[in-house]
Amino acid sequence: MPVFWLVMIVLAIAIGGYILGRGRALAGAGGDSRHLHSLPNYYGSNVAIKAVAPAFLLMIVWLIAQPIFVSSQVAGDLPDGIVADGSSMSLVMAEVRRTAEGINAAVASGAMSPEMASSGRADISDFTTRLQDAGQIVTATITQPILNAAQSYRAMNATGNLLMTGLVLLLALGGTVWGLRESYPEFRARNVVEASVRALLIAAASIAILTTIGIVLSLIFNTIEFFRIYPASDFFGSMTWSPSFQGNSQLGIWPLLWGTLYISIIALLVAVPIGLFAAIYLSEYASKNVRAFAKPAIEVLAGIPTIVYGLFALLTVGPLLMGVFGNDGLGWMQSGTAVMTAGLVMGIMLIPFVSSLSDDIINAVPQAMRDGSYGLGATKSETIRQVVLPAALPGIVGAILLAASRAIGETMIVVLGAGAAARLSLNPFDAMTTVTAKIVSQLTGDSDFASPEALVAFALGMTLFIITLGLNVFALYIVRKYREQYE
Amino acid sequence: MTDASQSGAHHRGSLLTVDARTRKRNAAEARFRYYGMAAILTGVAFLVVLAVSIVRSGLPAFTTMAVEVEFTLTAEQYADAEGQLFKTRAYEGYFNAAFEQQLQDRNVQAGFDPEAVNRIIGNTGATLRSFFLENEDLLGQPVTFNLPTSSRIDGYFKGRLLRENVTDSRFLEVSDLDLADELAEAGIIQSKFNWTFITGKDSGVDNPGGAGIGASVIGSFFMMLVVLFLSLPIGVAASIYLEEFAPKNRITDLIEVNISNLAAVPSIVFGILGLAVFIQFAHLPQSAPLVGGLVLTLMTLPTIIISTRASLKSVPPSIRDAALGVGASKMQAVFHHVLPLAMPGILTGTIIGLAQALGETAPLLLIGMVGFVAREYPDGLISGFMDPNSAMPAQIYTWAARSDGAFYEKAWGGIIILLVFLLAMNIIAILLRRRFERRW
Repeated sequence: MPVFWLVMIVLAIAIGGYILGRGRALAGAGGDSRHLHSLPNYYGSNVAIKAVAPAFLLMIVWLIAQPIFVSSQVAGDLPDGIVADGSSMSLVMAEVRRTAEGINAAVASGAMSPEMASSGRADISDFTTRLQDAGQIVTATITQPILNAAQSYRAMNATGNLLMTGLVLLLALGGTVWGLRESYPEFRARNVVEASVRALLIAAASIAILTTIGIVLSLIFNTIEFFRIYPASDFFGSMTWSPSFQGNSQLGIWPLLWGTLYISIIALLVAVPIGLFAAIYLSEYASKNVRAFAKPAIEVLAGIPTIVYGLFALLTVGPLLMGVFGNDGLGWMQSGTAVMTAGLVMGIMLIPFVSSLSDDIINAVPQAMRDGSYGLGATKSETIRQVVLPAALPGIVGAILLAASRAIGETMIVVLGAGAAARLSLNPFDAMTTVTAKIVSQLTGDSDFASPEALVAFALGMTLFIITLGLNVFALYIVRKYREQYE
Repeated sequence: MTDASQSGAHHRGSLLTVDARTRKRNAAEARFRYYGMAAILTGVAFLVVLAVSIVRSGLPAFTTMAVEVEFTLTAEQYADAEGQLFKTRAYEGYFNAAFEQQLQDRNVQAGFDPEAVNRIIGNTGATLRSFFLENEDLLGQPVTFNLPTSSRIDGYFKGRLLRENVTDSRFLEVSDLDLADELAEAGIIQSKFNWTFITGKDSGVDNPGGAGIGASVIGSFFMMLVVLFLSLPIGVAASIYLEEFAPKNRITDLIEVNISNLAAVPSIVFGILGLAVFIQFAHLPQSAPLVGGLVLTLMTLPTIIISTRASLKSVPPSIRDAALGVGASKMQAVFHHVLPLAMPGILTGTIIGLAQALGETAPLLLIGMVGFVAREYPDGLISGFMDPNSAMPAQIYTWAARSDGAFYEKAWGGIIILLVFLLAMNIIAILLRRRFERRW
């Protein structure tokens, strides 16, 4: 693991630099740290930072850039006819990479000599058998261009790694020397160190932004790729969803959106009344003891992993509903997995979201408004219905929207409880499926990422992301706007 | 001019008698109150139903019906069996002979049928052979074996399989149940604690009896290590910046809006991110706990940042002022004074974030950490991070998605184990908070 050792060496240089820098600064002050501008440790840290930071920055950039650069070079050198029909450049490159890795492993295990591995005139069949003997998974036939590409891929990577090691070590040593030259008593080491720490803090804070950018980019690129092979008008216009891995898939989003919406509506029909009344009772009626018990008990529901709810839907609620509405009962239900099953269980999951947010919001309504209402002779429930709730309404709507966004993005309950059939139906006892469930099923198969059947998951993810993001932003806007009124 | 008493709508009533309208209003009041109570009770009832069904369906996974047999293999028999072509069958022959003898001694009436025994406890030969190969010194001594029954017999005793539903097949015949009943009556088939379930790995689709959650617990453990060592420092650093240093400007606003939005992004979207960035782009190995840990880190960061900021905020400004007053730099004030005081709160928030990450399933499915890859224990630290493995919730999902009812029992049992972990983490968090919480 050369990168690992490189990191270790750089760190060792940094530790050495730390000790030297600290000693040098102290020596410059005649051994009395009171003559230094900063505490001695800061001088050491200054050297260590100068050794580590530029070296590691270069290493990270290099490690990201090298594969891209090498791939594009190798891809450019490949002969024109190499990409067969039904294949793509990325598949060919994957094969090249696999072959190169196979050669590396074969050389490492001694099944192939390094000379042979890089020899341009190596015999292909011999090469293949040796790779297979070394236990490497290789496609049945390595063609000459692929082998050559793999060899030049290896060669370039080897040079690149060597170059990187040299430069990184040089930078680390250079940084150490630079830091050591600065280790004189008047140097403001603390300011430099604190500026670096601050930079580190800023970097940590920007990871949130990077994550968002990562999400958006990974969704956008793959979605564009999808629309290149599957027309967007079909995706948004077709009413059928029937992916088939032989091709000719119908990938219309509407059945999935309808399933998502239907299940979410049922979930909200369960969660909103129960959650809202629970919040009202807890904040306006409940005694301290009841509140101390009931509030955590309901919030436990939010801490339970969704896989538990999924199993609960599949194995408990589904059969229960089947007993009442199934063929033995009313005959409306064909199987235990249905919109109703998933919706009910998801509703249970959402109760605490609605109740604790609404609880906070109802508590934020000023007491003076209640007192005013009581003063006019209203009963408690009249006060709540006609004064408190209207005042809290925007916040409650925000809470419901947040719960709705939860419901739309929920995965495990619908994967296990809602069934797998994509259909447009009004019967809540039919099995339907959702956007999230289909993302899981399209991406967990063994399909390759280039097929529309797999890529459609990214388009679905994009849709999901936009819908939930929109709901969240809207909900937060409403909640924030409402807060400004009373605080 | 305007005299209220003159208006016709004046309400004539007595405070001492309750009139119809007041009665109506009071009834509405009571009703409203009952709705509230009903809502609370419904919520609590759901919790109770959930808990009861988890415990009731999950506990059987921790026991297994095993046949307890005392068996002695002499050295001659051992040498003979090892010399044969079908070694395990030879072992089975000796075992069946001994077993039949024992049944007769214990007055079990049902006829002894080697085929039936085979259907009840599976092929015993391989188990016996591997035992005696490892323990040659036990040859000639009586050894008590606990042989797990087949999943169908197991299901029969646990009520999963009803006698009416049994049709004769090569896996089970109705007459086997009579033999099994008699064995149970004679105390030969007993309920034993199922260690395989705790320590085992995932088994094939056709072997629910051998499935265990152990390997995926290890997978979850390595993922949690990644999450802990990445999300704690990054989360704390980000919170310190935002809470203590960030100037009020557009970029800070952008970061804050970003964090609150990320907290609400569906978890499956993080799975897509992991698939595209870590696996497609960075070529990290599929199904590796390292990748799972990275994805969960990004997912839990917002939670940790939000709770860390709250605990930094709760440290009173006088602490900072005092530190600055004696000449500390702002950085020193934060790192030497504010951060240690906020640490209990930060740790509590981190543990709760970890507990959330531990129960997350959907993103793991997308990066390939499905249950059936949990076939081996990792054989080292690096292999623990890089080799394909599953995680507890993903393993539970895989079991739930299999059609064999015996796996459902395993899934419920897995949930009990998962919830025990979550409960332990939450209790630690609560204790930390109780022990170190400071009111200023």
